[in-house]
Amino acid sequence: MPRPRLIPCLDVAHGRVVKGVSFVGLRDVGDPVELATFYSAGGADELVFLDIAATPNETSTMISVVAQVADVLSIPFTVGGGVRSVDDASRIIEAGADRVSLNSAALASPELITAIARRYGSQAVVVAIDAGEGVVHTHGGRIATEVATVPWAREAAERGAGEILLTSIRQDGRRTGFDLDLTREVRDAIDIPVIASGGAGSAAHVAAALEVADAALVASIVHENPAGLAGLRREIMNLGVALRPIGAIHG
Amino acid sequence: MSVVVVDYGAGNTRSVRAALRRLGRESVVASDPEVIAEAPIVILPGVGSARSAMGHLQATGADEALRARHASGHFTLGICLGLQLAMESSEEDGGVQGLGLLGGRVERLREGRVPRLGWSVVDPWGSAFYFAHSYVAVSEDVVATAEGITAAVESGSFLGVQFHPEKSGPDGAAFLERCLARA
Repeated sequence: MPRPRLIPCLDVAHGRVVKGVSFVGLRDVGDPVELATFYSAGGADELVFLDIAATPNETSTMISVVAQVADVLSIPFTVGGGVRSVDDASRIIEAGADRVSLNSAALASPELITAIARRYGSQAVVVAIDAGEGVVHTHGGRIATEVATVPWAREAAERGAGEILLTSIRQDGRRTGFDLDLTREVRDAIDIPVIASGGAGSAAHVAAALEVADAALVASIVHENPAGLAGLRREIMNLGVALRPIGAIHG
Repeated sequence: MSVVVVDYGAGNTRSVRAALRRLGRESVVASDPEVIAEAPIVILPGVGSARSAMGHLQATGADEALRARHASGHFTLGICLGLQLAMESSEEDGGVQGLGLLGGRVERLREGRVPRLGWSVVDPWGSAFYFAHSYVAVSEDVVATAEGITAAVESGSFLGVQFHPEKSGPDGAAFLERCLARA
């Protein structure tokens, strides 16, 4: 298995990074390109950008952010929010993103997962699941659907998703730790990797999540102190998690 | 001296070109066989499916140009699918004939979580690079591995890497710089 990954998530609205607490109460924390560069230098393994204000007429703002990020960033990044068609995915990937993340659009048209995977490979398709009380939620976690979480994760994997980004809507923004039971339950049901999301408040929380998931998404814990990312990495490694070594070991 | 990045439809040429630009190197995207055959350095990038990529290379004549430059000893770097396309065959998409620049074939990964995503330390080079793949090259010309899985295959003037140096931070950039110095 590759090393567990630490992935800062940047919520973007109208070209600026914002972070919601429990999905409400947005707070501007900066310029996406500047933050991306900063996190890369601090040892992020990957980045996720979620366009939380995506509307059909505003995709060009996000595409321009993606292109600017791709020019400066030398680590992989995923872009989600507003991906509703193969064309949307193409625009994002051709602007330089490595992967797209699908959420409600995949629920509405699961064949979209397969169509994008056929064109760009499964590794380019992340399916984001906002889970709570055993079911998938939409609209930023506000609306419960009747779709059960685990079967939906299984279907997404069968249809060609390359990774599941699993957010616990109960834990999201609370900083009291990840929902490890949920993460374990979903990961045990599928053969593709899983990113645990929602609840990171300390290095110990992240370390615990990386025991049961392939990657952990972090937001407010790093956005409040972007310079602390390298320290957070060290703390996680001191807790016994083998994050990737940075810089050549020899030669 | 511009680096030629081969275009085959689904390839994400932008990331490779951005990485080259950060190293101060200009690049051009091309599918024209004459440009590909004569360039001092060619990069065959990799995103997409083997069948459509191979079809695109054949349709433009880039396949013959890549064979010609290999025969005359001009350096080519294949990245991810670019490595896999250089093998003799792939079991992706129900079976695809490759360029045959490297001996061996491409198989689906059968262990661990697939796609295999993330950073892995490449032996014997000692640095961690970023991998994102579901298929892997099986070859006698393997020159580097990560967790026992093929990370690089080399034969003559073709070096193929399964990881993405353009997405592997400063170590990836240093690797690309060493490749550029070969030509």
